[in-house]
Amino acid sequence: MSKATSILYLDGVSVSFDGFKAINNLSLTLDPGEMRAIIGPNGAGKTTMMDIITGKTRPDEGEVYFNGTIDLTRHDEAEIAMFGIGRKFQKPTVFESQTVEDNLLLSLKGERRGFPALFYRKSKEDAAAIDEILGTIRLEARRKDLAANLSHGQKQWLEIGMLLAQDPKVLLVDEPVAGMTDAETEETARLLKEIAKTHSVIVVEHDMHFVRELGVKVTCLHEGSVLAEGTLDHVSADKRVIEVYLGR
Amino acid sequence: MILARFFAGGFRSPLVVAGMVIILALAVLVPVLNLAVPRGSAFHMPDYLVPLIGKYLCYALLALALDLVWGFCGILSLGHAAFFALGGYAMGMYLMRQIGSRGVYGNPDLPDFMVFLNWKELPWYWYGFDSFAFAMLMVVLVPGILALVFGWFAFRSRVTGVYLSIITQAMTFALMLAFFRNEMGFGGNNGLTDFKDIVGFDIAAQSTRVGLFIISAAALIIGLVITSAVINSKYGKILAAVRDAESRTRFLGYRPENIKLIAFVLSAVIAGIAGALYVPQVGIINPGEFEPANSIEVVVWTAVGGRATLVGPIAGAFLVNAGKSWFTGVLPEYWLFALGGLFIFVTLFMPKGIMGLLGLVRRRKSTPVDEMSPDARADIAPNAAEQQQ
Amino acid sequence: MAFPSFLKTLLLGLLLALPLTAAHADEAELREILGGFAQARNFKDVETVIEALGKTGDSNAAPALRALNDGNLQVRADDKTVVIVTRRGGQEVMVDPLTDEVIAPTQGVTLDKVKIKNSIRRLIADALSGLTLMADNPDVRISAANTMFQNADESQLEALEAALAEEENARVRSRMEQARAAILLKFSSDEKTRIEAVDTIVSRGDREALALLNGYVGQTEGALRTRIEAGIGSIQDVQAFWNMGQNVWYGISLGSVLFLAAIGLAITFGVMGVINMAHGEMVMLGAYTTFVVQQIMRDYAPDALNYSLAIALPAAFLVAGLAGLIIERGIIRFLYGRPLETLLATWGVSLILQQAVRTIFGPTNREVSNPSWMSGAFELGQLSITWNRMWIVVFALGVFVVLLLVINRTRLGLFMRAVTQNRRMASAMGIRTPWVDALTFALGSGIAGIAGVALSQIDNVSPNLGQGYIIDSFMVVVFGGVGNLWGTLVGGLTLGIANKFLEPFAGAVFGKILVLIFIILFIQRRPRGLFAMRGRAVEQ
Repeated sequence: MSKATSILYLDGVSVSFDGFKAINNLSLTLDPGEMRAIIGPNGAGKTTMMDIITGKTRPDEGEVYFNGTIDLTRHDEAEIAMFGIGRKFQKPTVFESQTVEDNLLLSLKGERRGFPALFYRKSKEDAAAIDEILGTIRLEARRKDLAANLSHGQKQWLEIGMLLAQDPKVLLVDEPVAGMTDAETEETARLLKEIAKTHSVIVVEHDMHFVRELGVKVTCLHEGSVLAEGTLDHVSADKRVIEVYLGR
Repeated sequence: MILARFFAGGFRSPLVVAGMVIILALAVLVPVLNLAVPRGSAFHMPDYLVPLIGKYLCYALLALALDLVWGFCGILSLGHAAFFALGGYAMGMYLMRQIGSRGVYGNPDLPDFMVFLNWKELPWYWYGFDSFAFAMLMVVLVPGILALVFGWFAFRSRVTGVYLSIITQAMTFALMLAFFRNEMGFGGNNGLTDFKDIVGFDIAAQSTRVGLFIISAAALIIGLVITSAVINSKYGKILAAVRDAESRTRFLGYRPENIKLIAFVLSAVIAGIAGALYVPQVGIINPGEFEPANSIEVVVWTAVGGRATLVGPIAGAFLVNAGKSWFTGVLPEYWLFALGGLFIFVTLFMPKGIMGLLGLVRRRKSTPVDEMSPDARADIAPNAAEQQQ
Repeated sequence: MAFPSFLKTLLLGLLLALPLTAAHADEAELREILGGFAQARNFKDVETVIEALGKTGDSNAAPALRALNDGNLQVRADDKTVVIVTRRGGQEVMVDPLTDEVIAPTQGVTLDKVKIKNSIRRLIADALSGLTLMADNPDVRISAANTMFQNADESQLEALEAALAEEENARVRSRMEQARAAILLKFSSDEKTRIEAVDTIVSRGDREALALLNGYVGQTEGALRTRIEAGIGSIQDVQAFWNMGQNVWYGISLGSVLFLAAIGLAITFGVMGVINMAHGEMVMLGAYTTFVVQQIMRDYAPDALNYSLAIALPAAFLVAGLAGLIIERGIIRFLYGRPLETLLATWGVSLILQQAVRTIFGPTNREVSNPSWMSGAFELGQLSITWNRMWIVVFALGVFVVLLLVINRTRLGLFMRAVTQNRRMASAMGIRTPWVDALTFALGSGIAGIAGVALSQIDNVSPNLGQGYIIDSFMVVVFGGVGNLWGTLVGGLTLGIANKFLEPFAGAVFGKILVLIFIILFIQRRPRGLFAMRGRAVEQ
């Protein structure tokens, strides 16, 4: 569990907005290939933590390293995305006025500059990659539909598909099953476990069944710092976790 | 090969192809009706109509340029008249130099207004404008570079929405003030006028006017092909993604500022070319062209036609300007009432413009943010100040 | 050496003061003395009359003496009346020397000139200075002293010192001392006296002193020259200071105009987030309301015209506020959350309002009069401050304070803040949010109308009035920081002062362009303005 061998390394990170400490001396380490679930009450700093990792918010102090060598506080969102950190937002944000297929095309790993895109032609490999992801997220039938016309759950899946298309080293997934039916939730858990075989993943989720289903190490955040860490059973037995989050 | 495939993308939309055909028909029909049909025939087109419709073609090209950034990229530029006027001034400077010693003062080296201001020699920035090729280069470069510098600063610091609109308006306002100054060396208040000829052709001759008309129509068709090709490319999809969810594209690794910059510069160049074609047809360019009101009028042409449709803004430019010509002839006092009413009517009742009314735009089924009730919207943007971000 | 010279002055002053202290002669007495010129047989007689006039100490005699000096004092041959011959309205006429009234054209009238010689001219000069230096009105005395300062003449020294001894008004006194110093600097042979004179002149610190001293730099040497050069340096410093003061004042004045134009926008745009391009037309409506109020009062209450603004203010608030209410209910409420569409629709409203005003009132400027208490100017040190600008600054501050109170202390203000911060929550608390929206917009528009009343006092009232302010207003609000009245105040003043400081070396138009460029660059640095709101909500 050191900086050098980690894929993601946060140490002593703090950030405050107008005196309100959203993140307070937070330290967290993610190993390559690891999947981690983050739980915690509202306002615990889960989303802000993702903002810091993805370069949206600059921390006031503390270290944030990717791959043990890249200081993420020195890079912006686009650079960090290109390093291989992908993010799925709490509220599904897909490009509504474009088709499902084009959403994936835009996310496909590769060239990100504007000029080459003017003369881009879809290669066989790209087409195959899109087909494969469409299969994984079960949206083959809707590939030509506008993303705006998908159901809420389908949008969540499309966004996970977009993450896959980016082929990042680390996936940050914010509340992937919010608003899903039980069946969809189960399916999503299966999908994430599949993904975790080849990627490092951080999942933020409130749904304890879902977290249990994932069966991974859990970190509980409270008031911007780590309250407890370990297996779900260990964390949910913690008195303070019960106090602030799970309830008696 | 790559270029051919790029331009082929311009013909993918049937609507755009239909637009091209109509403009092409206009480009053939107007000269024929004017020159080949004998005067006195019911089908003869009066001489004055040729430069008038030619002017509309230039406006249509300007509206097309605006649609590229507003319709497809969400940048509501209130400064496109500036690019148009700059292209016009570059052309005007060439035309001024062509007058030579035929001016009122007969000075072969200096335009009349400089002689009048007692200037002794040509300012350095007028050098080269006696060459047509150089002037045409400037028509493209000057608006392009202004857009590049302005856009680079604006987009990089993430100025968006109305803030961007307001500073583009301030930009054209500042340029207007500057061009009104005699010391700037662009003819001050009066601008550039009294042109004699263009690449050797008498500018007042009907054949020259018809020639300019055909060139304007051709420019509009080419503009349509290029913009259509751009938005049908993968770049066009990225552009729309930036328009709909700018910050989301950052997390995919795109740089929205650079993406927007390409469209903005291309749009400014097209606007500059429109201005350059406009000036010889109307015979004058003055600082009034920079007026913020002009830029906003372009927006209403685009809105009337239907934004993000390419052909809509062209139709809008024709309809609104034809209406303006008719009103200023019949009821000059009521034109501003009509125009003002049009602004309100279109934004309230025709958000997708004429193209939307004709059902020519693909509609989304879901409710976009802007059609929600105020209270539902509050979920998405609970703070008024935030909506501006 | 100074003491005896002072004694001498004192003595002379006392001697001269005796006849001069005599009360002013009335007009009849003056006329009788003046009549002496008609009877005068020789130069001696003329001298006597001049001395007698001088002794009256009445500045009314001055025009006659000046005319005498210029050879224009003449005697009508038939009835021996003394007149001044001058040109009025293209022809030569006779004018009464005391009342300045035209008597008749000179055509066909025989006139004899009152003859003088050089020694008499000197006598006239002395008498003249004495007369004006002793005038009742302190301003006349100051201007006499200033004339002496500019054309230092040794022959006037005595009269000046006499007047100085008599003078009680401190302002006049210092002017007289400066005039005396100017004469001493020019004519005294005593180095120490001249150095003292330089110091006195330097204390004046204005452009005239600077010009005077500059004239001596080349003619003097040694200690005196060093003193003069030092003096010039220090006057230039003083001048630089006052110039800056004048610029600051102009800047504050322009800034408060900008602030007034923008403050309504700070509410509609800043607080509500509504882009009202017709804001300038709300200002215009206020200005035209002032015009209409004045027109009505001219017909029905011409005596109260001085108080027309007191009626125009509430009227303009109501007119513009009502217009704002109609716009909000009729158009803007359908466009909330669509800022770009709001911008376009309100631009349409602005076109319609402009054309409506043009149709009703005509395209030309309408005359709005200034009440008497707003015309004229007063001096503050070397600053010249016009009353109308002064009142506008005061008025702007007043509007600011009232708005702060409205927003922070009233129920409407509380509702406004609640709705802008969390519309749904406010609605759940039972606040009628559409009603608050409408009132807030009406308030912002009404304030713009009030600004129009103020602007009608310094700007042309024309249908384009609003267009001239709309871009500036947006610049002020955006620069100051959206949603912050303090930001608008600071923004307006900063931009006003920046404009005025750039003007001297960049020119008015170019200065404005520079300010625009500055703001464009500034917005890119700090897109949320000078006083930006910060917080988690804004970050998202």
